[in-house]
Amino acid sequence: MDLLWQGLVQGLTLIVSGDPALLRIVSLSLLVSLTATAIAALIGVPLGARLALGSSRGQGLIQALINTGMGLPPVVVGLAVTMLLWRTGPLGFLSLLYTPQAMILAQLIVALPIAAGLTASALGLLDPELASALRVSGAEEPRVAYEMIRAALPQVIVAVSAAFGRAIAEVGASLMVGGNILGQTRILTTAITLVTSRGDFAEAIALGIVLLALAFIVNAGLTWRARAAMYL
Amino acid sequence: MILATTTSTQDSGLLDVLVPMFDREGGWQTKTVSVGTGAALALGSRGEADVVLVHAPEAETKWMADGNGTERLLVMHNDFIIIGPPSDPAGIKGNPSAADAFKKIAQGKASWVSRDDASGTDQFEKQLWSQVGINPKGQPWYITSGQGMGPTLTLADQKNAYTLSDRATYLAQKSKLQAIVMVERDKPLLNIYHVMPVSPAKFPNIKINAAGGKAFADFMVAPTTQQTIGDFGKDKYGQPLFVPDAGKDEAQLSV
Repeated sequence: MDLLWQGLVQGLTLIVSGDPALLRIVSLSLLVSLTATAIAALIGVPLGARLALGSSRGQGLIQALINTGMGLPPVVVGLAVTMLLWRTGPLGFLSLLYTPQAMILAQLIVALPIAAGLTASALGLLDPELASALRVSGAEEPRVAYEMIRAALPQVIVAVSAAFGRAIAEVGASLMVGGNILGQTRILTTAITLVTSRGDFAEAIALGIVLLALAFIVNAGLTWRARAAMYL
Repeated sequence: MILATTTSTQDSGLLDVLVPMFDREGGWQTKTVSVGTGAALALGSRGEADVVLVHAPEAETKWMADGNGTERLLVMHNDFIIIGPPSDPAGIKGNPSAADAFKKIAQGKASWVSRDDASGTDQFEKQLWSQVGINPKGQPWYITSGQGMGPTLTLADQKNAYTLSDRATYLAQKSKLQAIVMVERDKPLLNIYHVMPVSPAKFPNIKINAAGGKAFADFMVAPTTQQTIGDFGKDKYGQPLFVPDAGKDEAQLSV
């Protein structure tokens, strides 16, 4: 129990004192995870809408793939991305391994299926008559998708915030593709792994509290947006 | 420039001092990948790293013989210690011989934690077992953690088990552990680190940063770096964690 208390005190001290090393880790965490989430939303939300609205064959297969992707183990993603980005790998010429860009790519891969899958299921709950009515009134498919997303906006925002949650909480993939390099690719989750392995448990708890606080702030912002959308 | 190295150098905090020093002096941008010695050597032999800093002399000699490196320079050493629970069920505390302690642990079926992660420490531990003619694999008292030195120490401590640790990591974590030093300062327990730049000739199709690798190796054996290594840990632990050895003869090192 002492340790928890110590961690709590140390965590608050770190935050209040604005420790520059911590600030760097926090801002990189945010930069990587927010970028990954933004791209995941830009691709995933339209993809989910298409999935919910389409009726082509193979739809079931794509749905099953996305559902599997929602449970994709980050370490497997990390391993695959690492091998892709190796100097000897197919994308080695890009020299992206052990950079924040590589971490964004890895987090995008784990977050995208969540954004797409949850968007699809949100739109699936809407009255099917809505899509039919829009089509009858002459709307093109992209327009139909856009209106449907608007109609389910609060749920779609929840989908995006779940994708963000996955990205910021993920550690296995970022550790592998980023390398946990101080000042370059060390983010909150990988820093927690490192200080725990060093036995600095209080510092680990402190970082954990910072991570939780960060996730809370971003999610609170998104939830507030979702509620505002509900009363439009 | 990519440096592949062992978890012990990172867990002890030495690299956080040396790498920024190296980058500042030479204008390099070093990417340090801390993995076990086995993985570090594997990365080097695939051309995925420019220089390796490891501690498994036997595996290193083989790695060099395979043409993976340009040179192999002695950097520093510390020593391994056997740690265990204060209750000492195998009765090995103060035993001057590591080999004898290993035999007693096996005879008494006292719990032992092995890292089993192909790291330098792990390879060293396996060598010691085979030197005393015991194959502990699969024994119920032989626990494998599959993790780095830090987490393995915590695990051994929680399970009241014995384990082999490098002194640096143990000292860094000592304040959080109940476990104490059982066997130390036996000559076979020397833990020796070498730096080896990856040979660009071995990988004609890969852009190895040979200049960076060579610069890092030279940096590690330079007098000021060696001084820093010798001082590292004195302020925090009251004793240095590593002994600088550049230019010495490996056979002449003592505990």
